[in-house]
Amino acid sequence: MREGDRSRKHWYWLLAVPLFGLLIPPIYNDADPTLIGIPFFYWYQLAWVPVSVAITLVVYTKTRGL
Amino acid sequence: MIASVNGLELGIVLALFVAVTVIGFLAANWRRAASLQDIDEWGLGGRKFGGWVTWFLLGGDLYTAYTFVAVPALVFGMGAIGFFAVPYTVILYPVALLAAIRIWSVAHRHGMVTPADFVRGRHGSSTLALMIALTGIVATMPYIALQLVGIEAVVKTIGLTGDLPIIVAFAVLAAYTYQSGLRAPALIAFVKDSLIYVVVLVAIIAIPIQLGGFDAIFGAAEHKFTATKDVPTDGVLLGNTAALGYSSLAFGSALALFLYPHSMTGLLAARSRNTIKRNMVALPAYTFVLGLLALLGYMAIAAGVQPIGDDVNTIVPLLFDKQFPDWFAGIAFGAIAIGALVPAAIMAIAAANLFARNVYKEYLHRDATREQEARVARIASLVVKLGALVVVLALDPQFSIDLQLIGAVIILQTLPAIVLGLWRTLVHRWALLAGWAVGLGSGLWMLYDTPNAVTGKAHFGGAQYALSKLPFFGDTTTTTVYTGMIALALNLLIVVVGSLILNALNAPRGEDVTEPEDYLAEVEPEPLPATPQQERELQPATR
Repeated sequence: MREGDRSRKHWYWLLAVPLFGLLIPPIYNDADPTLIGIPFFYWYQLAWVPVSVAITLVVYTKTRGL
Repeated sequence: MIASVNGLELGIVLALFVAVTVIGFLAANWRRAASLQDIDEWGLGGRKFGGWVTWFLLGGDLYTAYTFVAVPALVFGMGAIGFFAVPYTVILYPVALLAAIRIWSVAHRHGMVTPADFVRGRHGSSTLALMIALTGIVATMPYIALQLVGIEAVVKTIGLTGDLPIIVAFAVLAAYTYQSGLRAPALIAFVKDSLIYVVVLVAIIAIPIQLGGFDAIFGAAEHKFTATKDVPTDGVLLGNTAALGYSSLAFGSALALFLYPHSMTGLLAARSRNTIKRNMVALPAYTFVLGLLALLGYMAIAAGVQPIGDDVNTIVPLLFDKQFPDWFAGIAFGAIAIGALVPAAIMAIAAANLFARNVYKEYLHRDATREQEARVARIASLVVKLGALVVVLALDPQFSIDLQLIGAVIILQTLPAIVLGLWRTLVHRWALLAGWAVGLGSGLWMLYDTPNAVTGKAHFGGAQYALSKLPFFGDTTTTTVYTGMIALALNLLIVVVGSLILNALNAPRGEDVTEPEDYLAEVEPEPLPATPQQERELQPATR
């Protein structure tokens, strides 16, 4: 394995971020603030879809070919 | 029952069904292989699906009709807990990415078709591989049966009665799966997913407008759950003690999904590691759709939908029936029905591959040619479908749901053998076998020991186990945890401790046919012909 490959692997750690955002329900188990009438609990978790996509996209581009 | 049949809805569903049937049979000729009499071709579509095909295939595979029907039904009945499907399918991809590319590489290098093939090659134990294969088949069967529940919900809403529609649907599905293998669901998935996206986008915009906005919808839900004070577990937000149950269910489900044979089939059919990585980026689009669909459960409450009989799974079709003109409701029903066929086909293929590779070839006919393997797999796919049909028709649907609950818990017990095997860990095959057995046994026992206060069932009342029943946690806590995760923790404990002991005693290790670089291998370039004669020989395989 090349030297650069090893440091590029650190990018994989980013994949752990959505777990912290979603697996601790007390963070988001709340009705307020609402968004167009949708309680926080629901739109917060849905908002993690694009955030998680962005994170995985960064990991993909930084580790391409690994 | 509804006495009259809605002719327009039925006509549209039938037209869509006929269209995908034609596609299913024609799929045999798509990217035509030299012969479908090869398990790589029949069971994995030739291992050359690119980014788009894989996206539709995995999307059609992982987000099943049952999910589309049952998740809103759970939200309708229980509220916030049903939304676990969103965190589950968000963290799924970051969690699975690293393991997915490693298993793709090693399977590609060694021509492995099933997860049990990998276990056989990596740990050198045919017993362990057989147990992994059987676990996969047992977990998949009720999952196929539940796809029928999705079709049944639509059939009931249209106003049809009797078992004939389901028998016909499954017979046709079995025929084109036999004929075309994985190519059939891969092509049909394009139709299914396009329809689903259109229907959900229309539903999520049109229905809230009709019902007076999300304020009114969540207000109605709040009102309904406050009225049922005797059920403390429902509500628009999670109860005080539900947090751990919610997150452990989401996490456990995410760990389990790619262990299912049908998910593995979708992964291994991809063309390259980068195809898989790109899909891990793009597949959450389906999660967004699933999240919006889950909210339909609340819209059904606000619209005053009453399920047919006690079948809560009918609420989404009924909501469409109530809020949409007939022609669009017909399209929506078609989307759900086709949505059941795609995963059912892939699941049957995956179970058939397991039987052909890890039971037939390993135990019954060691010298089987690839042609015989493919033939056995095709026949096994018919048997699997027939089995699922009999289960649904002969037994109470509740039995399928119980079996699915068990299936999810036991498939999670294959995690150590598969995932720990993907890295250079020193796990011992006997410890893996012992861990699997303990995980399976304890999981089954805990499920048996779970009553459901709401439905009055004494056993198999859900997959949340009360911590107060376990030693060390005390009797006072009312916290529950996903049963599968408790069983997995016991399983992993046995695997780690057992491996340490067995390795210290120098117990014979299984032969590992894989090399560290196999797990990183990219697709090899196609061999280029050196002479005109070689070019002619290569033609059939690469065309």
